[in-house]
Amino acid sequence: MTKGVAITGMGIISAIGNNVAENFQSLVKGKKGISRISKIDTIHKDEIMVGEIDYTNSELEQILKLSPDNNYSRTGLLGAIAAKEAVVNSGIKDINAYKTGLISATSVGGMDMTEKFYYDYFKSDTYLKYIEAHNAGDSTQKIADQLGINKSLVTTISTACSSAANAIMLGARLIKSGKLDRVIVGGTDCMSKFTINGFKTLMILSDTYNTPFDENRKGLNLGEAAAFLVLESDAVIKAKNKTVLGYVKGYGNANDAFHQTASSDHGDGATLAMEKALKVAGLDNKDIDYINAHGTATGNNDLSEGRAIIRVFGENTPEFSSTKAYTGHTLAAAGAIEAVYSVLALQNNVIYPNLNFKTQMKEFNITPQLVLKEKELQTVMSNSFGFGGNCSTVIFSKEP
Amino acid sequence: MKKVYINSISSITPQKTFDNSEFLDEVIIHEEPVVFAVNPNYKEYIPPAAARRMAKGIKMGVVASKTALNEARLNNVDAIITGTGMGCLRDSEKFLSGLIDNNEQFLTPTSFIQSTHNTVGGQIALELQCKGYNFTYVHGSNSFESALLDAKLQLELDEARNILIGGVDELGDHTTKLHELIHHIKKEKASTKTLLDSKTKGTMFGEGAIFFVLSNIKQESSYAEVTSVSMFNTLPQNDVSKTALNILNENNLTIKDIDAIVLGNNGDVEFDGYYNVLTSEIFSNTQQICYKHLIGEFNTASPFGMWIASKILKTQKLPDVLKLNETGVSSFKNILLYNQYRGENHSFTLLKTC
Repeated sequence: MTKGVAITGMGIISAIGNNVAENFQSLVKGKKGISRISKIDTIHKDEIMVGEIDYTNSELEQILKLSPDNNYSRTGLLGAIAAKEAVVNSGIKDINAYKTGLISATSVGGMDMTEKFYYDYFKSDTYLKYIEAHNAGDSTQKIADQLGINKSLVTTISTACSSAANAIMLGARLIKSGKLDRVIVGGTDCMSKFTINGFKTLMILSDTYNTPFDENRKGLNLGEAAAFLVLESDAVIKAKNKTVLGYVKGYGNANDAFHQTASSDHGDGATLAMEKALKVAGLDNKDIDYINAHGTATGNNDLSEGRAIIRVFGENTPEFSSTKAYTGHTLAAAGAIEAVYSVLALQNNVIYPNLNFKTQMKEFNITPQLVLKEKELQTVMSNSFGFGGNCSTVIFSKEP
Repeated sequence: MKKVYINSISSITPQKTFDNSEFLDEVIIHEEPVVFAVNPNYKEYIPPAAARRMAKGIKMGVVASKTALNEARLNNVDAIITGTGMGCLRDSEKFLSGLIDNNEQFLTPTSFIQSTHNTVGGQIALELQCKGYNFTYVHGSNSFESALLDAKLQLELDEARNILIGGVDELGDHTTKLHELIHHIKKEKASTKTLLDSKTKGTMFGEGAIFFVLSNIKQESSYAEVTSVSMFNTLPQNDVSKTALNILNENNLTIKDIDAIVLGNNGDVEFDGYYNVLTSEIFSNTQQICYKHLIGEFNTASPFGMWIASKILKTQKLPDVLKLNETGVSSFKNILLYNQYRGENHSFTLLKTC
């Protein structure tokens, strides 16, 4: 069995940048990507703020050089852009030279098109092509096609807001067990009226900039994004003499088994996920240098996650921050977005500030990192929690 | 590496498959291109108040998972891994049509909450109070096989002992109409008796929930051993036979060792060719088994193929209604399963007696 699971490439598109370099610049400059919504006509437009990607669908289609009769959902378009950047970044020339798989994650799939043409499908033939693009797996098939991955292990995970963290976890397990030599892992979710209204009915959307771990937090901002990482086995790294950006060192998945949407008061599932990840990594809690928290800025998540962090780390927690104030909550993609940010943190030895924080939460004494901090980092822990009680933690490291 | 066994099976489909003491003893002949699952008495398993809130897919999934645990004589499992191609369609449709019909007003959260793909996996975890590993795969006709592969990996490496896996998909009225529009569902009448020979486009659509407990410990209830699972996002028709042979070879088997092949034929003239290359060539003398004329096509219909193979291996019986050809074979040791949907997401699974 291969020892390390190396990360050799990354790609990302989010509200704070169309590639890895732009995202990093925004992170260190404290530049948020949150604004009023412009691309979706919703009656809630004056009551919500979102993390939108600038490109329109037709611009994305042009970048990908798609023919006009393509039936890509925005989820597929964003995913293809990010996955291609990751593969280029990894310096892969022949994708099929090694046993290569693709594990993607999404929660909305092709819902953006379905909600546009739901009744129109019966009136005109023009958009019938999108019916087949509705199912979640379709965006992944499109990304595989864009990357030239054929006759291979390709699958999609949908565990709500922890989806992409689980895609990374599965990819790492497939490399470790020798089932694959190389796997592209990540997630993609576009903005949709469906999710905007869904979160609106749950009353967890903030009407202003989201404020993770703040006493007066009012809820989350939805975001759209895609990010992918290339994972490779020791054998490939050695054979190709590849540059390694970091390693997937540990991972843990647990279920809160408390409520379909809410997290338990004391973060049982979150605690278990972090503990499992430390165990797989063979690390102690004191070995973690920075936690990129899930930190959605909802009342429920930040309390539950904060308590879970204290349960795992004690009151002396490592620096932690949520980057959701930059990007919004990108749902199924969040785990991959934050994986890219975690690896960038390791590479550059920086901890990103938790923006928009003003008031200490009264339930505990831990405070997120508030300004950009330079610190020699060996390990970063990244949390992702979702509906259905899904709790996932991934640990990234500099050394295998 | 540890061996992986199927220790229990449970199935809710458009046939009477819920009672495990039977094996398609009585067959429902469907005469429509859309066929619905036969409901078990949900009240025996779910409190009525909770059942009222649940769409059919959630109920089917929760009940099939409970009976799978019962048969394996377990109160809990180490992990829950679910597959669903389309997710909770009825709640998705309910929320979306409400959103559009009322211009984003007067919406309530229940159908949104239950529309997420991992609702069934989450509900089962809640019911069992299972805090273990919990994944949901949503990759078309390989949704269930992804769950199977994941479970097999964990059990082989002894990271878990008992894992509940399953596939669940429900029919939604609006989505059914959309698939009629693009002829993925047959325009003309479809019948259980003639579906597989229909020579027209599209298929019969169905729904169901099929669950299993997999374990690395064999017990009295065990049905079969899962020896191999492979998935391919694409596979040209010309490569299907070669790929099947490679898989047999990797498992030290030859064509002669395969006592039956379980195929996902669904009567769609455009795509049954993938199966025909196997039945007309390398497996022409092998017992061929089909099942989608009984339960229809859905993204997680393929675990019903595994349900059938498990039954055959345990009981050494093969109901006539499943036979595509007549070979007279009466003893079954190794069974190969092959499935795809519309030329994508192919899977090969090998089971053997244990």
